[in-house]
Amino acid sequence: MNHRKLIDLSKKAGCNISHGQNSSYFLGWQEYERNPYHPINNPSGIIQMGLAENQLSFDLLEEWLSKHPETTIFSKADGSASFFRDLALFQDYHGLPAFKHALAEFMSDLRGNRVIFEPSKLVLTAGATSANEILVFCLADPGDAFLVPTPYYPGFDRDLKWRTGAEIVPIQCSSTDYFRLTRTALERAYSCATKRKLRVKGVLLTNPSNPLGTTMSWTELNSLADFIDARRIHLICDEIYSGTNFDFPASFISIREIVAERSHLSSQVHIVCSLSKDLGLPGFRVGAIYSDNELVISAATKMSSFGLVSSQTQHLLAAMLGDKEFTAKYIVENKRRLRERRSRLVAGLESAGIGCLEGNAGLFCWVDMRHLLENPSFEGETKLWKKMLFQVGLNISPGSSCHCNEPGWFRVCFANMTDHATLDLAMQRLREFINAIDHRAPGGGRNRRSGPVPLARWLLRFSSSESVRRAEQHLR
Amino acid sequence: MCGTLNVLRSSSSPRSRPPFPPIIPNSHPSVLHSHFSPPPTLSSSSSSSSSSPLCSLIISLHSPLSLLPMGPPEATEALLSEIATNGGHCENSSYFDGWKAYDQDPYHPTENPDGVIQMGLAENQLCHDLLEGWLRENPAASICTPEGSSQFKFVANFQDYHGLPSFRFAVAKFMEKARGGRVTFDPNRIVMSGGATGAQETLAFCLANPGDAFLIPTPYYPAFDRDFCWRTKARLLPIHCESSNGFKITAAALDDAYESAGKTKARVKGILVTNPSNPLGTTMDRETLQTLFSFVNEKRIHLICDEIFGGTVFKSQPFVSVVEIAAAGEANIDRSLVHVVSSLSKDLGLPGFRVGIIYSFNDAVVATARKMSSFGLVSSQTQHLLGAMLSDEEFTSRYLAENARRLAERHEEFTDGLKRVGIRCLDSNGGLFCWMDLRPMLKEKTPDGELELWRVIVNEVKLNVSPGSAFHCREPGWFRVCFANMDGETTATALRRIRRFVERAREAEEKEVKRKEKKRWDSGLRLSLPRRFDQNFAMAAIISSPHSPLVQATN
Repeated sequence: MNHRKLIDLSKKAGCNISHGQNSSYFLGWQEYERNPYHPINNPSGIIQMGLAENQLSFDLLEEWLSKHPETTIFSKADGSASFFRDLALFQDYHGLPAFKHALAEFMSDLRGNRVIFEPSKLVLTAGATSANEILVFCLADPGDAFLVPTPYYPGFDRDLKWRTGAEIVPIQCSSTDYFRLTRTALERAYSCATKRKLRVKGVLLTNPSNPLGTTMSWTELNSLADFIDARRIHLICDEIYSGTNFDFPASFISIREIVAERSHLSSQVHIVCSLSKDLGLPGFRVGAIYSDNELVISAATKMSSFGLVSSQTQHLLAAMLGDKEFTAKYIVENKRRLRERRSRLVAGLESAGIGCLEGNAGLFCWVDMRHLLENPSFEGETKLWKKMLFQVGLNISPGSSCHCNEPGWFRVCFANMTDHATLDLAMQRLREFINAIDHRAPGGGRNRRSGPVPLARWLLRFSSSESVRRAEQHLR
Repeated sequence: MCGTLNVLRSSSSPRSRPPFPPIIPNSHPSVLHSHFSPPPTLSSSSSSSSSSPLCSLIISLHSPLSLLPMGPPEATEALLSEIATNGGHCENSSYFDGWKAYDQDPYHPTENPDGVIQMGLAENQLCHDLLEGWLRENPAASICTPEGSSQFKFVANFQDYHGLPSFRFAVAKFMEKARGGRVTFDPNRIVMSGGATGAQETLAFCLANPGDAFLIPTPYYPAFDRDFCWRTKARLLPIHCESSNGFKITAAALDDAYESAGKTKARVKGILVTNPSNPLGTTMDRETLQTLFSFVNEKRIHLICDEIFGGTVFKSQPFVSVVEIAAAGEANIDRSLVHVVSSLSKDLGLPGFRVGIIYSFNDAVVATARKMSSFGLVSSQTQHLLGAMLSDEEFTSRYLAENARRLAERHEEFTDGLKRVGIRCLDSNGGLFCWMDLRPMLKEKTPDGELELWRVIVNEVKLNVSPGSAFHCREPGWFRVCFANMDGETTATALRRIRRFVERAREAEEKEVKRKEKKRWDSGLRLSLPRRFDQNFAMAAIISSPHSPLVQATN
């Protein structure tokens, strides 16, 4: 009977791998849900540091709401009639014009207005999850491949592969290149795909990077543009963290700035954005696709029928994002808080002798714990991850869940804790854990103090001079 | 801020007109709204169009200039996927084509009294005042009010794909109530999705591999071709239903469809039905549901019941949900084969909120569908609001009763108006539309004849109704006419136009007959038509083989 039931469903339903939810990334969440930290009710519970959520600026949104009671859907400003009926019935998959207009302007603002977004080239989707899947449906047939630089967001295995039947071929990035994208790595991935007899339809990447928390340089982006030009393939740039690039002046470069100089590539380049990270509203499920390719926009718009954004939510956000004074203030203040919080995390890690990849964006750090591994393998990584989860009480994400090919890296989120105190407690737990190891095994097999730390020069300290750091990045 | 309000206000227009042009039927807008033209071709190999012999014809007849490709070089198209370019979204159907006429010339009682009246939109606009009243009395349900803003942060961050518990529980309760309280829904089996559109596709992804087929009784909702087939590459194969028995599904029709499917080498994975039916507006009786049940049990295939119009049943026998039959729990019945789709777009008239629900008795389907729901979750803001609204049981009881009363009233007003000019509709007790029988008005009893009449209705009578061929109906001459997306005055205007049209058609027929009598044409069919006009309408339901004009003429 059970056997029969399985046959009755589709392969997608029977397949437990490609939706990716069995990876440790998700297992950590489950464990957290069983035993979540609470300062009073469960002070020894697990602290959630695996969730790339931005809770630092909610007060700004709440303050705005309190000043704009007219955004409730059942009263118009003059009290004469109601929006309710209009919104209840609104189901045009082109979206509320006011919302798309405001969203396009917000996207331009987030990119320093160096590029302009046209509302007509924007497709609204139910979150970035759906935006990415729709793009793959538009660009790839089953069995076609996308090249994705490692480490990458674990959810991509679900978003890009599960229902589309497309494949991901990793572009192996390495710590020796600071996980930067190189032409060599791109070509290597391409030939790897060719060897597997896969047709490569494009490159997909996150910029700012999830999980690295870094932005891509002109050099990287240009070399990427050369690559998709030479191979005549697509480029999907997931820029959902664009609003979290917190260095000043901002160093995030949108792919649209590159395309502006290479207009012949415009129909091959597609952008994904969202309000889940930039505004910290994941519950509202607002994602978007931006493309200059008319066919892609046309097909994607039709596909958006499978996951439109609630008109109620569009209405609220149209008002909020349409308030330019508010968004300008929000963008600056949100970045300031992210910068501050990240510094605190980096300092805390440092106090435990742990370094991380220098970053300037995102809601997380890419943390180097290679020296804490009992042996330099993924088993060693998993072992350390379990210790972190069960012993130290921190839910962080192991690099292997992000398909990192070097064991010992972890993604640690810092913006989902409302207050500094929780972060400080997490760091205290970490310090105690490290001290205990050191105590038990003085001068032991690990290379934490004695061994070479090849990345030391750039690993640490976000707090170093911004401009120097930025210059370095560009020189590279 | 103010700009937003202005835009909303300026485009929120007269009451009988959708608020924001362009608007879409069942979340599916006219292709003409697209900022860019879609690819012009419908793949001839496309399974979804193969069951509709009319599809290509309709396109060739109606393809407006704007459907021609513009801009993108062919090389770019080659870089895209087959799905993006194969037209499997089926927006090129005449179902959506009629929207062009409406959008170019929309009716307005004072500003454009001669414009096209939208009767192709299965929208429920009759009870929004009730919902608004509730919202006004319950400001705490919104996170945007001083009363409710304390929940803002929690709600904005909530992204668990199980849904807000309050929402799931309230939806389950509401679904029970809409089915007369004779069934129970387990909130843990409620899976949300981006509208019924997303729910249907999710089920197809869960149950079928590319090339597998679902059987579906005709006539059926045109966008199922998109929802079930486009991205999943599953197929829909028709179960042909006939007017002779009121388009009921019979065991024989099921067997025929199953057998024909076998010849196409497609593996049949299930049956998909709408109950209440879109476009028929009828509900299934227990016997039919039992027949379906036995059939899927015997063949070991799935049964998907789309019950999104469950809350629109307004008269006679109560709506019997498939869940009721499943719960009756006869020993030989495997409930894990049954999956229900529900939504709040029709029952509550909230299509803009994009709430679709999958309810399955199959644990693996629940688990998989829930994972897939990540691709189309309902906004937490909306979940929060509706969770509060639907858990107010006193309100939902009152709403459902009043909604049924108003729908019944409108339905009666409309069908009576049609009856007075001799037009019959299929007897129905649910839905937001009538299945109107214009077979006696066809010049030719062919799909071409139907489209010809349809063009006259759209362009001259100025009513955007939907031709049966768009619903894969095999008998030409049937039209779906929506009646709940407008106010009473507009309904009266539409009826006036229909009366005038029928009168003129009758006069024209009489003239024609006189002319022909003069010529002593020897044709029983032609001669009898004008006199038999009304009778024919009256007898429409008995006509057994409408494909043969001779039979019809002598009936």
